[in-house]
Amino acid sequence: MRKSLKERLAILSDAAKYDASCASSGTTKRNSSASGGLGSTEGSGICHAYAPDGRCISLLKILMTNFCIYDCAYCINRSSSNVERARFSVEEVIWLTLEFYRRNYIEGLFLSSGIIRSSDHTMEEMVRIARELRSTHNFRGYIHLKSIPEASPQLIEEAGLYADRLSINIELPTDAGIEKFAPEKRPDNIRQSMGNLRLKIEEMSDPTLQTRRRKTFAPAGQSTQVIVGADAADDATILGTSARLYGSYGLKRVYYSAFSPIPDASKNLPLIKPPLMREHRLYQADWLYRFYGFEISEITASRPDGMLDLDLDPKLAWALGHRDRFPVDVNRADKETLLRVPGFGTKTVRSILSTRRFKRLRLEDVGCLGVSLKKVKAFIVAEDWTPHRLIDRADLRTMFAPKPEQLSLL
Amino acid sequence: MIETCFLEGRGDLSEWRDAARTFLQAGIEPKAIDWRLRSEEQGLFGAEPVSSKAEVAPTRLAANNPAPLSVPAAFLRLASALVCHSDPGRFALLYRLFFRLQAERHLLDLKTDADVALAHRMQKSIGRDYHKMTAFVRFKEIPLPPGVAGRRRFLAWFEPDHFIVARVAPFFQRRFNDMDWIIATPRGSASWDGQTLLTSTKPAEKPDITDETDELWRTYYASIFNPARLKVKMMMTEMPKKYWKNLPEAELIPSLIAGAEAKLIDMGRRQATEPLPFHHRLQEAAARMPDAPIVEAGTIEALRHEASGCTRCDLHCRATQTVFGEGPANAKVMIVGEQPGDQEDLAGRPFVGPAGRVFDEALALAGLERQALYVTNAVKHFKYEPRGKRRIHQRPNAGEVEHCRWWLNREIDLVKPKLVVAMGAAALFSLTDRKDRLENVRSRPIVMDDTRTLFVTVHLSYLLRIPDKVRRDEELARFRDDIRQIGRLAS
Repeated sequence: MRKSLKERLAILSDAAKYDASCASSGTTKRNSSASGGLGSTEGSGICHAYAPDGRCISLLKILMTNFCIYDCAYCINRSSSNVERARFSVEEVIWLTLEFYRRNYIEGLFLSSGIIRSSDHTMEEMVRIARELRSTHNFRGYIHLKSIPEASPQLIEEAGLYADRLSINIELPTDAGIEKFAPEKRPDNIRQSMGNLRLKIEEMSDPTLQTRRRKTFAPAGQSTQVIVGADAADDATILGTSARLYGSYGLKRVYYSAFSPIPDASKNLPLIKPPLMREHRLYQADWLYRFYGFEISEITASRPDGMLDLDLDPKLAWALGHRDRFPVDVNRADKETLLRVPGFGTKTVRSILSTRRFKRLRLEDVGCLGVSLKKVKAFIVAEDWTPHRLIDRADLRTMFAPKPEQLSLL
Repeated sequence: MIETCFLEGRGDLSEWRDAARTFLQAGIEPKAIDWRLRSEEQGLFGAEPVSSKAEVAPTRLAANNPAPLSVPAAFLRLASALVCHSDPGRFALLYRLFFRLQAERHLLDLKTDADVALAHRMQKSIGRDYHKMTAFVRFKEIPLPPGVAGRRRFLAWFEPDHFIVARVAPFFQRRFNDMDWIIATPRGSASWDGQTLLTSTKPAEKPDITDETDELWRTYYASIFNPARLKVKMMMTEMPKKYWKNLPEAELIPSLIAGAEAKLIDMGRRQATEPLPFHHRLQEAAARMPDAPIVEAGTIEALRHEASGCTRCDLHCRATQTVFGEGPANAKVMIVGEQPGDQEDLAGRPFVGPAGRVFDEALALAGLERQALYVTNAVKHFKYEPRGKRRIHQRPNAGEVEHCRWWLNREIDLVKPKLVVAMGAAALFSLTDRKDRLENVRSRPIVMDDTRTLFVTVHLSYLLRIPDKVRRDEELARFRDDIRQIGRLAS
């Protein structure tokens, strides 16, 4: 018997939840007040709900179908798994997107799919959904399409005209890992697709000679995801891969997804608790690389095994290893140096720079900016404060590391 | 003497602004004003308040010379947010800032000032309330009476912390344009009918409505949750309990949390099952697929295909693809560059980036056709160092050039060019195994063997990297001369 829409929604959203991407931000600003249609995007994304796993729900994240001819070990939808299979029709996906949007449950659609028949066939259906949402239903919300690596360039090009973001997941940080766990996927194909997409985005954003107008093509750029903890790759390898992807393909985001056990898991994979803290540290390191002027090698140098310190955030770990760079005088140091102080964010640094044009900052003033004084005290000099020998103390690390916890007996 | 000023205090900036202006022009100190809410007064005395903003001692006003008041734009933005706040002290705080701004023009840049810091905190909480309203309003459909066609109608109930309805309403108008909607809250309501956006500050009553699509939404919410990564605290920070009563999905939260552990144990206990027959059929079909496109062995096409999977050195792990040579298989001239650059790496073709353009220009000036040349590189993968959003070109080392020489030699064997042009030291080293200074061998034909002539010039990205414009132009001219000479040698 055919499964009801509700049953299929349960299957196809369950199948989609291992993709961490949820962003609905960073696209062009647009709304429907002139068009009289439905939907808007206003710069920052909106998280419409949070699940008890702490992840935000911003988009209707579903697969068109979870039938798949690939057999990637880490994936719930691999062909050798016995999960229940289902598929949506094009019309059903459109209906769900619009009805969910009207009730303000979501910012838009994040559509992915298992590979059925051929890559082009799958991609074609996904593009059709995006096209009809935009043209027939005048939908101006956010659309994120997963692009299928082997799909034809024409389809990808059309997808970029309707979607805000396109993404391809590399899933494993090394070519060897992909070969081992996703034998049908071709790492070189994935790289080429990302390369082509970057070229396309750049080409379209060049003003044309005739109109000087830039075409909108995947305005929120492209992103990818790396699974953490399924293979043996260390953090330095993962972050190195991210840096390469950011630099090579202009990715907007690399998502890190702690490998979490899936139903009917392959025997080749560990059944472990997802390494959530490791995932968190990787995100912090990624931020340091993108917004704080750190090199990957600086971030990963603090430990010999290429892993990030789980007890300390990577900036603090770096600072403890480079005490000669501290204390930093908040009244004199330049922006780059301030950004390296543990406990100072980009916003704090902006506030410091703005305030010190008019007065010299005391420690208490720094506290007014919403900074944890306990954390920054050892690393800064202010008008009425110097850490003296605090920065040289051998036990400085223990002041920051989490208190040892007694293991429960059971 | 203390002035008392009564305001509605439901998010309207103008009532406070008018009063504040009057007070400031009268030179009244912040301490001397008692800002009150009209609703409080009614509550206390059950009568209309006597005093209001219009009645600020007009006699004393006249005594002063009302100088034109000005404030930075940032203050107006701050004020328009703060008047929405539900803190009774907001008007006094705003007036203090307003008053102080007259003497301290940069007050708002002083992020550490107590008043400024407090105002920014309050502004932030208005921003958060606004954001949460855009996120957590849930519309429910009110079906049209049977037989009636028209715009669909929706109704939502929301409970904001502050008086932000009028502030947020335009957001919903921009977004939900093609449907009629009403958002009702205890702090006012807003509605849209396709023509007019109406807002009211009157408290509304909670309506009793249901929408069956909520059930699908709950299904989605429960299924998208991953029980293996419980992070309840994170959820509570972003979606505090106070919002739950108006969120259709929230009723599932306790049972999802309670059942997570059991689901996980169950997942672990179940043995991996045998795949279904279709999986085996797929695997067999995949095994029968030919591994590579069929190309004739011993041709340049076969070589190109072979090179696409090259793993002779580590460069392939970081580059996008092998950038193999291209051009006629019987070209008389073969151009050998150093290595592909950023654009070549993405496009998979040699000499297409900025360096390629310089090359094409020089060819055009010399009357040469690119189509007649075979162009390739000494190293076939791009070597670089990621630096933020860019890739910085790195010179290939001798080992990498030696590994890749294998491919270059095959290309020369197949194309059999009469003239081989080495652009740059890496190409020269690859072709001759010599590390001569380029200047010593440049710009003249060198005999390679009985059938082949070598010509050496600089590589293109070198030209692009010369910072000094005069020197760059000189070098460019020399390079163009070289290309002209190549044209003569080729004919």
